[in-house]
Amino acid sequence: MSDALHYQSIAELSAALQARRISAVDLMQAVIARTRAVEDRVHAFNSYDFEDALAQARASDERRARGEARGPLDGIPIGLKDVIAVTGQPLTASSRMLQTFVSPYDATVTQRLREAGAICWGRLNMDEFAMGSSTENSAFGPTANPYALDCVPGGSSGGSAAAVAAGETIVSLGSDTGGSIRQPASFCNVVGLKPTYGLVSRYGLIAFASSLDQIGPFGRSVEDTAIVLGAIAGHDPRDSTSWRADVPDYRAALQSRRGPWRIGIPREYFGEGLDPEVAASVQAAVRFYESQGCTVKDVSLPHTEYGIGVYYIIATAECSSNLARFDGIRYGHRSKDAKDAVEIYAESRAEGFGPEVKRRIILGTYVLSSGYYDAYYLRAQKVRTLIRQDFLNAYRDVDVILTPTAPTPAFRRGAKADPLAMYLCDIYTIGVNLAGLPAVSVPCGFSADGRPIGMQLIGQPFGEAELLAMAHTYERAHAWGQRRPTL
Amino acid sequence: MSSPSSPTDLNIDHVAALARLALTPEEKAHFASQLGDVLAAIEKLKQVDVTGVEPTAHAFPLFNVWEADAARPGLPVQEALRNAPAQRDHMIVVPKVVE
Repeated sequence: MSDALHYQSIAELSAALQARRISAVDLMQAVIARTRAVEDRVHAFNSYDFEDALAQARASDERRARGEARGPLDGIPIGLKDVIAVTGQPLTASSRMLQTFVSPYDATVTQRLREAGAICWGRLNMDEFAMGSSTENSAFGPTANPYALDCVPGGSSGGSAAAVAAGETIVSLGSDTGGSIRQPASFCNVVGLKPTYGLVSRYGLIAFASSLDQIGPFGRSVEDTAIVLGAIAGHDPRDSTSWRADVPDYRAALQSRRGPWRIGIPREYFGEGLDPEVAASVQAAVRFYESQGCTVKDVSLPHTEYGIGVYYIIATAECSSNLARFDGIRYGHRSKDAKDAVEIYAESRAEGFGPEVKRRIILGTYVLSSGYYDAYYLRAQKVRTLIRQDFLNAYRDVDVILTPTAPTPAFRRGAKADPLAMYLCDIYTIGVNLAGLPAVSVPCGFSADGRPIGMQLIGQPFGEAELLAMAHTYERAHAWGQRRPTL
Repeated sequence: MSSPSSPTDLNIDHVAALARLALTPEEKAHFASQLGDVLAAIEKLKQVDVTGVEPTAHAFPLFNVWEADAARPGLPVQEALRNAPAQRDHMIVVPKVVE
């Protein structure tokens, strides 16, 4: 107990705020001081606005003084990935294309966090337009892994994971299209949850692949993650893919749901390419659940090996379409050299986008182009059906599926220069997005040289309460998440 | 056009023109070779028997959603134009498209 303020939990901080032992301004100042002390090494943020954050903290203190505090998030700083709109703040997606863009409105998640009293602050670094697995594709420089500064924090939500791990914010939001919350969570020793497709509104999220994208929370504990999820989840009329689902009390579920669970172990996720230290940590977690009375059963997800291929057709096809809006006309970068409209499009995009974004636009345009649609896109959508059916078949026998989050711990910057090698980082996380399922990455160990390892729990549609309760059961008996980086 | 016989069918000039993306000769050569590797991995999908399988566009069924036809405030003009690269008299300035 009694970590420095910037490392305390929401429960501890909100109790201290409630008892007036600290003010929201004290807390925000502690977080700012921590950020000033470590940010030159971590580079988790593209930008921040300390004055605006302190003004929000003062407003929180004034509410509390009037007896109008809004609950556990009131006064808690939450950092937002630089792909989620915040009125009057930059929104760059870590791209030169949007280097000077200022958001004219709030995303629905931002609005809901404000209603809960949270302090929405900071523009967290990421791979450009959320395309990547290392945060090296940012136009504004890479983020470092707080546990191993020469290694990547994962991606694309690398800044969101690193900031929480380094105590530069209490909690954060990221977005996950193929593993972009879970993989950085596993690399940075934090909890990261990708909700069921449709649970959280995408309104105000810059679109990458619309049928796969979801916004989700990062926290240093399962409880912190559950509290943030409760604030952002729920139907939104401004997102037509938002689902009319009931939002349970996720925090209460941590206490009320105790299993025992039937756990499926998919053999396809424990084969070639899995780092032995990751395998050993995840297998130890499986034995822990067995010791708690859970049933462990081998299951098969036979189409797993096709996941990467399906993903890189569907995600790039959707990205080539979504990113067509960046044409240099209405907003974003406009080339100074172009002479006519078509040149403005082609030159502005050439100057504004980085190499990975260009590669994916080319691939996506190709698979959708005349003569290739059936062979690539339509076939990928059919295999997507089979991948989803694999999961639903497995859930006839088990409640939840347990896997490694990523095949390895964090790798060194520059180690994966080949795009295909980078794409294979997402091999265990991609299927979840294709099937629309919820999944959470939970710290479950460290490599011998001190790099974090995470396990992934995959749930049934809208089974977040069960997933978080199961993660909490593990966390209560293990101290991995309390090991802080040396910075 | 028939279905592609090999990943080398990727005509990068044609695709870049479709995508309205100006690429340098170096980028073209580099991307074509990298995407050749990615397409080779994607070719594996041809091994899957998809006879009678319905395509999935979204993981959950989607239905058209209608909103109430009620007026509500939108973005003020200044806000909507705030990020325009060039503007004049409440309009976005673009080059002439007809002679």
